[in-house]
Amino acid sequence: MNVRQGDAGGRVGAHPTTSARVTVPSPVVRRIVVAKVGLDGHDRGAKIIARALRDAGMEVIYTGLHQTPEQIVVTAIQEDADAVGISILSGAHMTLVPRILELLRENGAEDVLVVVGGTIPTDDAEELKKQGVAGVFGPGASTTEIGAFLERAVSAHRVG
Amino acid sequence: MSSHNQIVETTGAGAQRTGVLFSTISGVENEPVYSPESVEVEYGRDLGYPGAFPFTRGVYASMYRGRLWTMRQFAGFGTAEETNERFRYLLGHGQTGLSAAFDMPTLMGYDSDHPRALGEVGREGVAVDSLADMETLFEGIPLGGVSTSMTINSAAAMLLGFYACVGEGQGVSVARLRGTVQTDILKEYIAQKEWIFPPEPSLRLVVDMIEWCVREMPLMHPVSISGYHIREAGSTAVQELAFTLADGFAYVDACVERGLGVDEFAPRLSFFFNAHLDFFEEIAKYRAARRIWARELRGRYGAKDPRSWLMRFHAQTAGVSLTAQQPELNLVRTAIEALAAVLGGTQSLHTNSFDEALALPSEHAVRLALRTQQVIAHETGVVNTIDPLGGSYYLEQLTNELERQAYDYFERIAKLGGVVAAIKDNFFQREIAEASFRYQSEVEREQRIVVGVNRYVQADEQPVEILRIDPALERKQVARVQALRARRDSAAVESALARLKEDAAHDDRNLMPPILAASRAYATMGEMCDALREVWGVWRETPVF
Repeated sequence: MNVRQGDAGGRVGAHPTTSARVTVPSPVVRRIVVAKVGLDGHDRGAKIIARALRDAGMEVIYTGLHQTPEQIVVTAIQEDADAVGISILSGAHMTLVPRILELLRENGAEDVLVVVGGTIPTDDAEELKKQGVAGVFGPGASTTEIGAFLERAVSAHRVG
Repeated sequence: MSSHNQIVETTGAGAQRTGVLFSTISGVENEPVYSPESVEVEYGRDLGYPGAFPFTRGVYASMYRGRLWTMRQFAGFGTAEETNERFRYLLGHGQTGLSAAFDMPTLMGYDSDHPRALGEVGREGVAVDSLADMETLFEGIPLGGVSTSMTINSAAAMLLGFYACVGEGQGVSVARLRGTVQTDILKEYIAQKEWIFPPEPSLRLVVDMIEWCVREMPLMHPVSISGYHIREAGSTAVQELAFTLADGFAYVDACVERGLGVDEFAPRLSFFFNAHLDFFEEIAKYRAARRIWARELRGRYGAKDPRSWLMRFHAQTAGVSLTAQQPELNLVRTAIEALAAVLGGTQSLHTNSFDEALALPSEHAVRLALRTQQVIAHETGVVNTIDPLGGSYYLEQLTNELERQAYDYFERIAKLGGVVAAIKDNFFQREIAEASFRYQSEVEREQRIVVGVNRYVQADEQPVEILRIDPALERKQVARVQALRARRDSAAVESALARLKEDAAHDDRNLMPPILAASRAYATMGEMCDALREVWGVWRETPVF
């Protein structure tokens, strides 16, 4: 919609963290875009993930809400992201996520790993994985689990 | 040392398991045991009888002995035809009020054929593009005999316009239409994030609706001041209580500023709270909310009409507490949450379906959710005595504590310059993000146990049948709105939209009349919102996490 790139996302260090944990830079994932695609305003999960990944040492760019696939792909490319984490709870995932994959390919950015979180029925999750999504995380997934997955998947994705 | 503390120490009541939190889900510390020494309560001042100031024990004297709460299940998906069928199904199964959920494009003021609506039509609720869809939605349901709750905020005025026109079409005057429109835009900026316009013109539109309803549609609740979404966004119970009441006071201030007398509109304000899992904390929250509202309306705002002091509320069980793992357990969670809402004195209740962490609920799951309320109402005996927990040392102390913490927040919000200033400062958003992160960390450290998620995990889970929304419904809805545009009188639409824009540019004009006129001309939701976007611009949030 109206988000300019680069300065729109909440960035590392832009807001004080109250976490007492020591930040250890991630050896593998340098930079990840956490994005809310579509019209739903459920951002609790996206914000928790963004903060947990930041605490795990990744540089996190959070796009904020109501992003189009086009805006997200532009951000991913401009930010030279290793991965994009898409959060969606509106039920439009089978339309919007494939569009993001397609735009990444069209722009020669298929090296950017895509993971999805939200209320995604199992068979939809399988279909999205077939289309190129590296991982799908539903309700109850832990941030540690997601962080570890990203480390492994980004590493494997690079070698591959 | 007081005798209470002495007894706790010497009897061993203070002994406790290690590695476990004994605070509420929201982090309010609990003592091992409460006694008369733990709580300061003056019966007449702090509790009173049910139906008497300050209404801590309930807004009505007879409560559920006189009349049960309204069982109101929120429903909506696909096009108006599918949802109309679901409405009739629920009414046929003993539901006593309707509650409409709209899809994301409708909530955000986009027509179904707008590029931003792609893939979203009919997914999270029913698609309503114009009066034509609203007519279908309520076909065969006489509006004179039902109360309807409509969950929409930024575009609430247009939906109310459609509803009024459906009434007119059925021969029911607007003065006889009953129901609630959510309309609470402040909590959208704070938590639910479904906004269109910036806060100031949005607030003006809310006051326009309140003013118009007070005069023309006296049985409608034009706003339902909502903590539900604040809680779902990850807030604590205290934050839900404090931010919701702060929003309520902001609406009262705005109406008073418009020149309305507080007793003209306050009786029509209603509330909507979450019913979460921490049983006693939830009950205390409802009681504290009633007491604060009554005291402030009478004291600070000088309301004379006792109906202005009453906080009547709807409750919904906590979607956020549902798990995708072993989803049948959600039936248990929901039952306990619903019981808290009932013991807290709710006026109406929605119970979530057990499959809602997976998808929109199936008909089977919705029926079980409704039956849960019926079991509570008819089998458990909790309705036999009014406010049966009143006077519990623990509950009264917790009620006092939540009230005290809410007042701390009121002070902080006032220091920031009020609710709108605090929204622009990201105050609420930061507080909520902080609380939700803290809770998640407690779960991940296993200080909080979520059955089936971080303990008692079951490896071989059987998938449950979920509701699938047929993608063809989106194409059907797109065709409907395009056909409507082709057949209506476009000159009438143009002139109605021009008038809406003209009036929007003048702060002293109430926008309900031009919205009604545009609705009657079958102007679409998207067209009306575009007209207002042109005049008012759109809102953008700087995200914090």
